[in-house]
Amino acid sequence: MARVTYISHDGKQKKTLDITPGTTIMQAAMLDGIDGIVAECGGSCMCATCHVYVQEDQLAKLPPIGPDEEAMLEGTVSPRQPNSRLSCQLTMTPEMDGLVVTMPEYQT
Amino acid sequence: MADPVVIVGASHAGFQIAASLRQHGFDGGITLIGDEPVLPYQRPPLSKDYLSGKVGFDMLLMRPDAFFREHRIELITGTRVTEIDRNAHRVRLNNGDAVPYSHLVLATGARNRVPPLPGIELAGVCYLRDLAETETLRDRLSVARQIVVVGAGFIGLEFAAVARAADKPVHIVELVDRVMARVASVPTSQHFGEVHKQSGVEFTFGAQVVSIVGEGHRVAGVELGDGRRLPADLVLVSIGVVPNVELAGAAGLEVGNGIIVDDHLLTADPDISAIGDCAAFPCRHFEGRLARLESVQNAADHARCVADRLVGKPHPYTALPWFWSEQGSMRLQIAGLTIGHDAAAVRGDIAGGEFSVFCYRGDTLLGVESINRPADHAHARRILTAERHITPQQAADPSFDLRAAAMAR
Repeated sequence: MARVTYISHDGKQKKTLDITPGTTIMQAAMLDGIDGIVAECGGSCMCATCHVYVQEDQLAKLPPIGPDEEAMLEGTVSPRQPNSRLSCQLTMTPEMDGLVVTMPEYQT
Repeated sequence: MADPVVIVGASHAGFQIAASLRQHGFDGGITLIGDEPVLPYQRPPLSKDYLSGKVGFDMLLMRPDAFFREHRIELITGTRVTEIDRNAHRVRLNNGDAVPYSHLVLATGARNRVPPLPGIELAGVCYLRDLAETETLRDRLSVARQIVVVGAGFIGLEFAAVARAADKPVHIVELVDRVMARVASVPTSQHFGEVHKQSGVEFTFGAQVVSIVGEGHRVAGVELGDGRRLPADLVLVSIGVVPNVELAGAAGLEVGNGIIVDDHLLTADPDISAIGDCAAFPCRHFEGRLARLESVQNAADHARCVADRLVGKPHPYTALPWFWSEQGSMRLQIAGLTIGHDAAAVRGDIAGGEFSVFCYRGDTLLGVESINRPADHAHARRILTAERHITPQQAADPSFDLRAAAMAR
């Protein structure tokens, strides 16, 4: 099992998905039709519209931010925080089971 | 009950306006009509990861089937709109049905430019715009031995990179003297041309294909204006697109290179808007002149602008255009419209393959092309959106803090 919980920016909607390892957190959200992730470029790390805030105490479970992601995080519409990530760069692994991400208010 | 908003075209622009309307609380009916027989999907990966086989079709879907039901978006696939009856406020479909509309959104996109060449109908002459074309191309690519690409734009070059990665011989024929001449500066063109050459792509510049040669019903090569013949068992024609304006034109709406709309993306008919690749709109980042842009950003931002208007929050369209292309190891990101620039300042290391070209006309910064420099792109978008000024000297100076200039309030 590799589950991720997605929380809407206002906290009102919450959904947990069981994600196949190898799929990104962005792709899983799109395939399920979860609102709040736009992913305009389709996962090429070109647009910063799949921005999520990761629960602070879980950041260490994630792969480090690569140079492209670091650059595109400069361009997010909702403010970048220390726990900001682009969900297209978070490929699911069994170790990431239980991850909780919150969508920002705006992606565009 | 009021008639629905009817959207003609179910690609990036059409899908996005349907989704944005619901996201903004629009409660009326939404009918989304597309001519392809599949759920709305993303096109950019077609020429990249889908063509190379890295991702399957399910990863291309905009949203799953259930999304349309849950959001009460009536999706009609595999169906063309054949006529707009503006007086009766309804569209006619090719299956004979008529659909009434309260507001009509034309997101009809564009189609491949097909040159009127002898032999153009031969088997093995391919295109790369929609899913069906890409599947045909992928099948033919797997067995191709010699490939000719006509046109060195984004699509031709992205395809060439995938074909070279599969070790296929590729020869690109281009009418003008450099790659991506319509959209890229000379330094960027030269770098991309050079890297493609190093990866084994052959180029013939300044040459026109005058006929496509066949053996039986199959393509066997192309003939150039100078009489030269290049053998090929696969020919990709990638010389751009023409906007689908005929439906609007037949309904008496003004069309040219696109369906003409105002700065709110509305046609002269207050109940008909046009968005995405098919729309020619006055572009704030093009001195207010009419622009018709072919990009995901343009499609999606147009859609959001019209969705805002339809839920009672109208505003002029002002979004900054941006584009991207991925060709082998090269990632090109363009912010702004650089067409017509007369000076360029290079930031970074061209030889190392990581640089940005700041394009100016006079003192005005028109746009920035970034090659494997995504931070420059992110900063350039902020700078151009805020209409801040960066001099060419600052742009080229590695000690100049571009980030600070972008983030300044």
